[in-house]
Amino acid sequence: MKRVQFSHSPIPYLFIAPQIIIICIFFLWPAAQAIYQSFLLEDAFGLSSQFVWFKNYKDTILTDAWLQSAGFTLVFSFLVTFLSLALAMLLAVKANEVIQGARTYKTMLMWAYAIAPPVAGLMGNLMFNPLIGDLYYFLNAMGWDFNHKLDSFDAGFVVVLIAVWKQVSVNFIFFLSGLQGIPKSVLEAATIDCKSNLRRFWTMTFPLLAPTTFFLVVINITYAFFETFGIIDTTTGGAPGGSTSTLVYKVFTDGFRGNDLGGSSAQSVVLMVMVLALTVIQFRFIERKVHY
Amino acid sequence: MLKRTLTAIGAFSCLATISVANAATEVQWWHAMGGRLGEVVDEIAVKYNESQSEYKLVPTYKGGYEDTMTAGIAAFRAKQQPHILQIFDAGAATIINAKGATVAVADLMAEHGAGFNKEDYLPGVRNFYADSDGKMIGMPFNSSTPLLYYNKEAFKKAGIANPPKTWEEFEAIAPKLKEAGYIALAQSHSPWIFTENFHSRHNLQMATANNGYDSTDVKIMYNNPELKMHWGKVKEWLDKGWYGYYGRAWGDNQDAFVQQKTAMWLGSSGSFGGLTKSAEFEFGGAFLPHWKSIVDEPKGTFIGGAALFTMSGHDDDEYKGVADFMKFLTSPEMQYFWHKETGYVPITNAAYDLAKNDGYYKTTPDAEIGILQLNQPGGDWTKGYRLGYYVQIREVLYKHFDDIFAGKSSVDDAFAKIEEESNDLLERFNATYN
Repeated sequence: MKRVQFSHSPIPYLFIAPQIIIICIFFLWPAAQAIYQSFLLEDAFGLSSQFVWFKNYKDTILTDAWLQSAGFTLVFSFLVTFLSLALAMLLAVKANEVIQGARTYKTMLMWAYAIAPPVAGLMGNLMFNPLIGDLYYFLNAMGWDFNHKLDSFDAGFVVVLIAVWKQVSVNFIFFLSGLQGIPKSVLEAATIDCKSNLRRFWTMTFPLLAPTTFFLVVINITYAFFETFGIIDTTTGGAPGGSTSTLVYKVFTDGFRGNDLGGSSAQSVVLMVMVLALTVIQFRFIERKVHY
Repeated sequence: MLKRTLTAIGAFSCLATISVANAATEVQWWHAMGGRLGEVVDEIAVKYNESQSEYKLVPTYKGGYEDTMTAGIAAFRAKQQPHILQIFDAGAATIINAKGATVAVADLMAEHGAGFNKEDYLPGVRNFYADSDGKMIGMPFNSSTPLLYYNKEAFKKAGIANPPKTWEEFEAIAPKLKEAGYIALAQSHSPWIFTENFHSRHNLQMATANNGYDSTDVKIMYNNPELKMHWGKVKEWLDKGWYGYYGRAWGDNQDAFVQQKTAMWLGSSGSFGGLTKSAEFEFGGAFLPHWKSIVDEPKGTFIGGAALFTMSGHDDDEYKGVADFMKFLTSPEMQYFWHKETGYVPITNAAYDLAKNDGYYKTTPDAEIGILQLNQPGGDWTKGYRLGYYVQIREVLYKHFDDIFAGKSSVDDAFAKIEEESNDLLERFNATYN
């Protein structure tokens, strides 16, 4: 059989070149640097360094502190992703049905989107301050012996609450536009077939929202892994006892607070591999169930 | 015609300003002094720049201690380092062990004509930022030491005359304060006050190899019965409602004292100025208490705070400027100014004498307490410590103290872990820096 050769024009490559260059400079090059650094024992000032193979990995991965941090990261990411998606979906479905003053509702639900994570953290910090925090007093008045400075469950509650609150509005916007993309005729036909609101939601709306939901799951896991850094830094700082330190936060404290470059790089390489694996799993197994 | 003349004059004066600015050699100073402290640093710079025209000092605020250190290190790696970098106590080992990163302040001042005599400095200040031979590497800048502050009104209400000198006395008065509606005590820095200075106060060894001064091959000695006894007691106080823990943030614990939730607070001698402004009640300062069961007569404490390090890789001309500024900064007048404005202790004997002769301590006796405590007799283990990755070791301490407070681990288990994890870090540091 004869293979047909097309002559390629170089123009498409030219068009994607800026993107490729940006990826190389801001992702591939730093990632390569991190991998290289993770095999070195180097003093903070870069005056001496030695190649030590996997010593940094041995010293920092699978230690008690790392395992604690990894465990918290998984639980935290699951909770933040699940809760912020569930709440946002509920709010979007309800807001979509509102007829009177719909725009006001929607605008108010989107507001929090404009807040940067560290600012959200600072606000949470004030509300949970043991001396002047309203929520702190409220929870204690409700009979919950609440003290996030001492109790790791309470501290986890604080960071999850703030992280979810901050993310709900983003998800809300996506779900709302997803809902508006569902053809009215389909829903009307469904209304004729089935009286139950709840059942119509699960059999019609939810599957039709699946592409949006899948996209948001990926985005939210990334958010929980990386962007919640600002919230953790401004509220608990990983305390009490390192129980609210995510893996990213640990990379930061070891590298930028403690100036242990090798150990910090080793941890970030492991984190990179974990996130890569997670993304592959999501696209391989979950995306198959999504119908576009 | 007039218009042209004016334009010409304007252009000429602009040029003149630029050429004057170019003539002065710039000395960059990166510091970690925020808020009121930062304002005082700026005032120092203005005073210095007005005092001479050869050099121009440019102070830049770089965030907290850790941020400033990280910024300085990143700049050094990019060969953009400032001339002067402020490094805090826990970071001292990192910068001093990085051979070739700094120029020792003793050498700098001797070489560039500013003169240097170690004996000019207060005894408690001389050694902390020195190498094992006692040569000063960093110039102590904002030197402070932990002190006890107490609410005089609360003490009156509870019928107590004097602040406690010992922890035994503390245990006797704490129930009375509780009855008067106060939590007896809070403190703002567990590693600094309840660990490092605990050893200095009781003259206990902190680490092998002369507290780490002689070598980076060193083991921590925190797993000792005295420190464990102390932390067992602190946990007991917490459970009895005699001790308040408001998280690890410095300000949150200080606020508890300012808002009169706690009757006493352990903070820094440098907190004095801030408390005078924020506390709406009469308060007093006192020495850091000690355990009578461990020592009869307590020893002096370490200086905390930070020092100014001269970074390597600059011209002689600029170093002359750095030395000139250091001389200016350590002059009695400037030290007295810094002491009065911030509450940090003056670092030279001459400045201390000046403050005394000026009658400063007659009007504000509390300002002298820090110096008196630093000048208390020293022992074998009161000159300081030099431990690598100490910033992370402090994290380890915080972590396990949190676990003790939360009842998640016993004091014995916590200290066994502290010893193990700290030694792992020290071993890594030794492997990295040798």
